[in-house]
Amino acid sequence: MSTQAENNYQNEWPLWEVFIRSKTGLDHKHAGSLHAADAQMAMENARDVYTRRMEGVSIWVVESKNIHASDPHESDSMYEPATDKIYRHPTFYDLPDELTHM
Amino acid sequence: MTVHSFQEKFDEKIDREDTIEPRDWMPDDYRKTLIRQISQHAHSEIVGMLPEGNWITRAPSLRRKAVLLAKVQDEGGHGLYLYSAAETLGITRDEMLEQLHSGKAKYSSIFNYPTTTWADMGAIGWLVDGAAIMNQVPLCRTSYGPYARAMVRVCKEESFHQRQGFEIMLTLAKGTEEQKKMAQDALDRWWWPSIMMFGPPDAESPNSESSMRWRIKRFSNDELRQKFIDVTVEQTKILGLTLPDKDLKWNEARGHYDYGAINWEEFWNVVKGNGPCNKERLETRRKAWEEGAWVREAALANAKKRAERKNKEASAA
Amino acid sequence: MKELLKYTLQLADNALILGHRISEWCGHGPVLEQDIALTNTALDHLGQARSFYQYAAEQFNALPVSEKEHFFTSSAIQSIIKDGKQVDEDDLAYLRDGWDFRNTLLVEQPNKDWAYTIIRSFFYDVFNFFFYTELQKSTDVTLSAIAEKSLKEVTYHLRWSSEWVIRLGDGTDESAQRINEAIANRWQFTGELLTMSEAEKAVATSGIGVDLEKIKTLWKERVAAVFAEANLDVPANGWMHQGGKEGKHSEHLGYILAELQFVQRAYPNMQW
Repeated sequence: MSTQAENNYQNEWPLWEVFIRSKTGLDHKHAGSLHAADAQMAMENARDVYTRRMEGVSIWVVESKNIHASDPHESDSMYEPATDKIYRHPTFYDLPDELTHM
Repeated sequence: MTVHSFQEKFDEKIDREDTIEPRDWMPDDYRKTLIRQISQHAHSEIVGMLPEGNWITRAPSLRRKAVLLAKVQDEGGHGLYLYSAAETLGITRDEMLEQLHSGKAKYSSIFNYPTTTWADMGAIGWLVDGAAIMNQVPLCRTSYGPYARAMVRVCKEESFHQRQGFEIMLTLAKGTEEQKKMAQDALDRWWWPSIMMFGPPDAESPNSESSMRWRIKRFSNDELRQKFIDVTVEQTKILGLTLPDKDLKWNEARGHYDYGAINWEEFWNVVKGNGPCNKERLETRRKAWEEGAWVREAALANAKKRAERKNKEASAA
Repeated sequence: MKELLKYTLQLADNALILGHRISEWCGHGPVLEQDIALTNTALDHLGQARSFYQYAAEQFNALPVSEKEHFFTSSAIQSIIKDGKQVDEDDLAYLRDGWDFRNTLLVEQPNKDWAYTIIRSFFYDVFNFFFYTELQKSTDVTLSAIAEKSLKEVTYHLRWSSEWVIRLGDGTDESAQRINEAIANRWQFTGELLTMSEAEKAVATSGIGVDLEKIKTLWKERVAAVFAEANLDVPANGWMHQGGKEGKHSEHLGYILAELQFVQRAYPNMQW
């Protein structure tokens, strides 16, 4: 996500993040950013910039300032604790080969 | 953590071929180098729209016109992706544009040469985009995440650019005498500037060492230049055209083509602003930006009015 | 049928000339995102032009030589006929003379600034939207197929240009003044869009073409609705220029063709 600097360029159109669903059934995925004066224009700009090669069937736009991101300096406390909880994964369990449909 | 340990962690990540992301700690010089390189790259894309844009209204067939229009538009898109990547480093697009317009920021010198005939559309696609791709493919694995991701998108889209250029050259080279002359003339004019695109020789490239260390750059200027020359010589044979370099010959021992001396004086002269079109290109960009000011303001003013009306309605309800 | 060929060419020429004009913006837009958006529109128009030219070429090639000889005056096309060759989309776009172009005067008007460009597109997009909606019902399967495909593009064009009319009309004082000036100067070219030429009348009667009477009110209502939202006044009807559909053009078309056709005319009979 983009961290827009404090600046003297107050007349710049706000920055938006674009998320695109590439085909039905899939999640929206971050495609990139762009500038637009409002949400309607952001949607149109996203269509014109990011779906020219049939990349999408659905678009989300979110003004970048509304995205809250985790702090990479807290990665250890945020993500490390998950690494020893392998029992959350199906392969953790040792079951007989004869067992089917499970 | 101390700056020292931040630095250590950063170095470890670089050594592990891990990606640096916008909110990660990074050394100031790394940030500055990236902003300079990415914004220069973005500027090159949008200034690069002009020499080819010059022929959109004169393209000789409806198919060529559509292809050229789509290609120049792609360059605009690539500029946009790259500006966005640079914006994650804490600079705004408007600031970068101001640096371009004031002449403080550089862009690729190749776009300061004029496009005088239709064959130039072929030569640019084939040579200039060819050289650009050579430079850009390694950047898809560059250490800074947003830059690498922008480059993946750019490279994916660029794949048709070089092909359409070669197709134009091939059509001309197989055409009438006039067309062959047009193609050869374009090759004569674009060859040297194209191989200069890889930048000054390694020994004189001031920013290269740290960029290699940070994996912003993965191959040296001379390595990429050699690679480009080797493949282009073979492609030129298919066209039946002649590269304008008498010293060009295969070197069995090196396994590469040797090539003649590059006129670096010309290169630096164009970098300094004395190329045939430097002033014109910048002037055109500035004009577009200045004449667009009232349009950008109007859209903002209207967005504000609409938002206010919406708020009023909401509070009245 | 010669009237159908004229009609097809009119549709092709409108699309080509408007697309050409819009393509002049490429690389010069007020902001990168809009530069890209405008080029998408130019590409849509160009694509539509090609479909119509291909169909027109098909019709022309099927004419008996005696009729072909009298259709276009340009010596370049005459020599294709003499050589017994077929014409293609490019011959029609690049080798016809100005008086054989049948586009409306509106689309050949210069871009000037963003306001003039927007209003030209808007007037044309409103027309095109209702026109293609009707043309989908054409008894001519080629025309109805092109209309169906194009309508999707035009629906978006109309949304885009309507939004911009509103932004400019209800934006800043400067933008309102500029869009008002553009409206005042381009309004006089809107009458031609909805006035039927001889060719249009002929194909409308046979169910191939669109009866423009049917869309006149729709056009006016839509323009009025968007203008109302944009705080803009619809001009009084006043004098309306005519002639483009019959090959009587403004000075601007000559310059467009000088650029568009330059390479083909300067280096005849070559592949590009």
